[in-house]
Amino acid sequence: MRLLGWLALALLATLGIGSIAAVATRGSSVVELPAGFWSVLRFTILQAALSSALSVACAVPLARALARRNFVGRNLLVAALGAPFLLPSLVAVMGVLAIYGRSGSIQTFLVWVGMPTFNIYGLSGIVLTHVFFNLPLVTRLILQGWSDIPGVQFRLSAQLGLRAGDIFRVLEWPMLKRIVPGALLLVFLLCSTSFAVVLTMGGGPKSTTLEVAIYQALRFDFDLAAAATLAVMQVLVCSVALASVALTQGNVAFGKTRFAVQERWDAKSNRHILADLSCMVLAVLFLLPPILAVCTRGLLPIFSGLPAGVWQAALRSVCVAFSASAITLIIGLATANLLDELRGANSRFGKVLGVIGFLPIAISPFVLGTGLFILINAIADPFALALPLTTIINASFCMPLALSALLPAFAKARERNFRLAQALNLQGWTRFRIAIWPEIRRPALFSAAIAAALSMGDFGTVALFAPPDGGTLPLLMQRLMASYQMDEAAGVAVLLVALSFGLFWLIDRGGRFGNQI
Amino acid sequence: MEIRFDKTTLQLGLFRIDADVRFPAGKITALIGPSGSGKSTLLAAIAGFVVPKSGSISIGSREMNAIAPGLRPVTMVFQEHNLFPHLDVSQNVGLGLRPSLKPSKAEIAAIDAALDRVGLLGMGGRMPANLSGGQIGRVALARALLRKRPVLLLDEPFAALGPALRHDMLDLVAEVQTEDALTVLLVTHLPDDAKRIAALTAVVSDGLVSDPVATGRLFLDPPNSLSEYLG
Amino acid sequence: MKIVLLTAAILASLTGAGLAQQEPELVVYTYDSFISEWGTGPIVEPAFEAICGCELKLVAAGDGAAVLSRLQLEGSRSDADVVLGLDTSISMKAVATGLFVEHGIAVPKLDLPIVWNDPIFVPFDWGYFAFVYDKTKLVKPPASFAELRAMPDDFKIIIEDPRSSTPGLGLLLWIKRVFGEESAAVWRDLKPHILTVTAGWSEAYGLFLQGEAEMVLSYTSSPAYHLIAEGDDSKAAASFKEGHYMQIETAAMLAASDQPDLARRFLEYVLSDEFQAAIPETNWMYPVRTPESGLPDGFKSLIEPTEALLFSNQEAEDLRDAALSEWLDSVGN
Repeated sequence: MRLLGWLALALLATLGIGSIAAVATRGSSVVELPAGFWSVLRFTILQAALSSALSVACAVPLARALARRNFVGRNLLVAALGAPFLLPSLVAVMGVLAIYGRSGSIQTFLVWVGMPTFNIYGLSGIVLTHVFFNLPLVTRLILQGWSDIPGVQFRLSAQLGLRAGDIFRVLEWPMLKRIVPGALLLVFLLCSTSFAVVLTMGGGPKSTTLEVAIYQALRFDFDLAAAATLAVMQVLVCSVALASVALTQGNVAFGKTRFAVQERWDAKSNRHILADLSCMVLAVLFLLPPILAVCTRGLLPIFSGLPAGVWQAALRSVCVAFSASAITLIIGLATANLLDELRGANSRFGKVLGVIGFLPIAISPFVLGTGLFILINAIADPFALALPLTTIINASFCMPLALSALLPAFAKARERNFRLAQALNLQGWTRFRIAIWPEIRRPALFSAAIAAALSMGDFGTVALFAPPDGGTLPLLMQRLMASYQMDEAAGVAVLLVALSFGLFWLIDRGGRFGNQI
Repeated sequence: MEIRFDKTTLQLGLFRIDADVRFPAGKITALIGPSGSGKSTLLAAIAGFVVPKSGSISIGSREMNAIAPGLRPVTMVFQEHNLFPHLDVSQNVGLGLRPSLKPSKAEIAAIDAALDRVGLLGMGGRMPANLSGGQIGRVALARALLRKRPVLLLDEPFAALGPALRHDMLDLVAEVQTEDALTVLLVTHLPDDAKRIAALTAVVSDGLVSDPVATGRLFLDPPNSLSEYLG
Repeated sequence: MKIVLLTAAILASLTGAGLAQQEPELVVYTYDSFISEWGTGPIVEPAFEAICGCELKLVAAGDGAAVLSRLQLEGSRSDADVVLGLDTSISMKAVATGLFVEHGIAVPKLDLPIVWNDPIFVPFDWGYFAFVYDKTKLVKPPASFAELRAMPDDFKIIIEDPRSSTPGLGLLLWIKRVFGEESAAVWRDLKPHILTVTAGWSEAYGLFLQGEAEMVLSYTSSPAYHLIAEGDDSKAAASFKEGHYMQIETAAMLAASDQPDLARRFLEYVLSDEFQAAIPETNWMYPVRTPESGLPDGFKSLIEPTEALLFSNQEAEDLRDAALSEWLDSVGN
């Protein structure tokens, strides 16, 4: 188990550092920062910071509303909230624009009633789309924080006559202080390497991020050295963010899939009910229409017949998703186990190593793909390994999410069951199976589920390793769009979303059934 | 103050308990019975955390159904999580006076007096994480005393303590009960607890609550429901 | 664990190379849409295999620029014998890699608006860049860049990013060719009309079809797709007085090819009537040699630019970087 952990960390480090190094060595030796670098850097940080701040600012009241209100369909709502995060970015952009775009429903309505319209393209559009993606994720994280507050503490507060404000200070703020930095970091990292959203919603080259600059260096200039330099800068930015969060002791933990409702005597007044209700209604109004737009657009083609080859592509996608999910689970468990043991022994060393687990999310997918291509090309044909490579890259992108779910669960398992395991002299695999697995089963399968769903939708990396005959669903969608077949592409998008969501549900369910602790 | 259940039905999901019973004022009454029999639910209903499905609960002469937990003449000590982990001992106790974390001079004196009463003088600056189980129980009790509510509900707060410590805590409860003339309900699954401090004991089992009777007599001649439990 | 093994097995069976072949194999790198089910690939692949006694392996590697950077990454180790889909704006970049060789085949007379005598690249289709609009929504489209510059601010166009797409780069060169030194001023005037700049053609065209903008940068031949494939005659390309910039897509053989003879046969086949006849209704571009059967009807209703504009490969190469920085400066601030 330990050896596997070191191997997993080595693999992640190779993927991360190795890919940048590979790109760098193939470039010329003289490297200077491209013109306009600083404004690009500034914009990258600005959009990522705004996106993460806004996502968290909206997620806090929403999570609180969901934590303290019980109603019919609540669990369905919480589940549906997961959907935007699972959408492929291009599909999400199309959905967002169908509502907020120039010809979207809102603008159409504004024109109809004779009110002034707004321009969504630019920084606002980028941030809006990023919030659309990440608000649900952050809401889940924070909702978990709320669920982790013992319900009896709210009884105690009610008895002591604490009002909403006091409870916020005494119970909720300390919880938020623990969770919010990690959540901010996660969204920041996700947004700092975003590409399709930035270009399509950005409205022009003034919205250029490091990721776009990297793409330009790789594709337009074929300047590998510049690409590597930019990638290093990107990692630096992310490392600064990582470090600042590590200093504030943030520890993102998620993995719960069912969130208990907490009865709250401080929020029984109509005013509070109204506030929570409006939070939820606003969230639904914000998140649901783009998804519905995507679905309704794609429904007709689904019934009128999807293009041939769609089912083979779907099968391939599902295979990639399952494999990525399995690899995420194995690497994630091995890494989390190792990190947990190291943290027990030497916390600083363990923390530094932990950063490696977060590296993949901080590295441009283009650089990762290109670097891996160079590395593989030296020893084998990247085409022949297209699907396995895609799978591994996807799995590594899911590592940060998996680790943030698994590490706290490991720590809890250790605290609860390790002494007993030692007393019974359980070792190695047996110890894992009996003392740890039951405790981490749910977060583990949750991360596997996320990995499966995200791997279905990704195509940044798939395109580079496009297999010769027939690709995955996202690739099929892309090819349909490139051949004018926008409606069929929308149909494939719906199939893709349905499969992602179905896979997520299926694997996540596996974590809920059986031994409930 | 007397606590009165008037044909009260409490329901939590499939679990249901019916109570039509009085707990006399100024006495310690123990509630004993198997786990899951609904002892804690009864206490939660008195404190206002569970709303009766039918019937009513009165304390003294006032009917409680519509009164918020914080406004009832009741203070409750829970099984666990009695302290807010992010507040120190003084702040935790001070919340018994009013929901402010910046007590006045007079309030500080009252807090210190309460801590003194439970034998924790000088520990006000400690954080809950650095307290032992017995100390946590004492802090919770200090806060309960400071609230000066006539009814004290104890939901097995000392269950996790060793015998000696538990006896100390029970004696402390008995002491403050006498001094402040409190009406105390003590949920326990240990007959010894009841025998040690409770004048009266009521048996909770099979979804019903028996009338409280003198503890000594009850254990000399236990009814069926109790003897089954005692085994 | 069982799931892991199972998926590994399925993966292996999906990706595993076929059985050993007796026939020689010709590997052609091309862009994605060429090999898609609706592309030219599925038509020409069996047709060429029938006459060459070889196996033709079409490999998609993203868009045209991605194909080239992939070749650069692979270097001489590449399996590719032929590359199909390099656009003239990156020809010189391709030449500079030293990966390509002169084809040495006899190129017949071509139906191109310009004279073609490149020794390395064999053109296989071409078209004009143009702004496409919806006739039902826009009655009087701008008839020139001058008119477009003067449109009210709420008249929006969607263009593609020259850093990531061929049409984007095409527009850059189009404006450079028409306006030369004045290009920056033109871009500054166009800036308020640019709704957004997408990464690729698909996103731009998709947004246009959603109704996001009045016009989108595409090709004069785009309306033919809607006419022929969908029976929809509402789309049209705006004819610009200044003329339209051309895109010529080419094929070339690699120096490291282990099948040079087959590669040359393929390049000859690219110019054959069979291949050329497949182009209009699969790639939705003009063939470089009008097939004997003529162009499909839908193509006859397309606009005919008064002037075909094109930089030479060398000019395009010399201008490219400067034009990009000029664009970034004038649109990006």
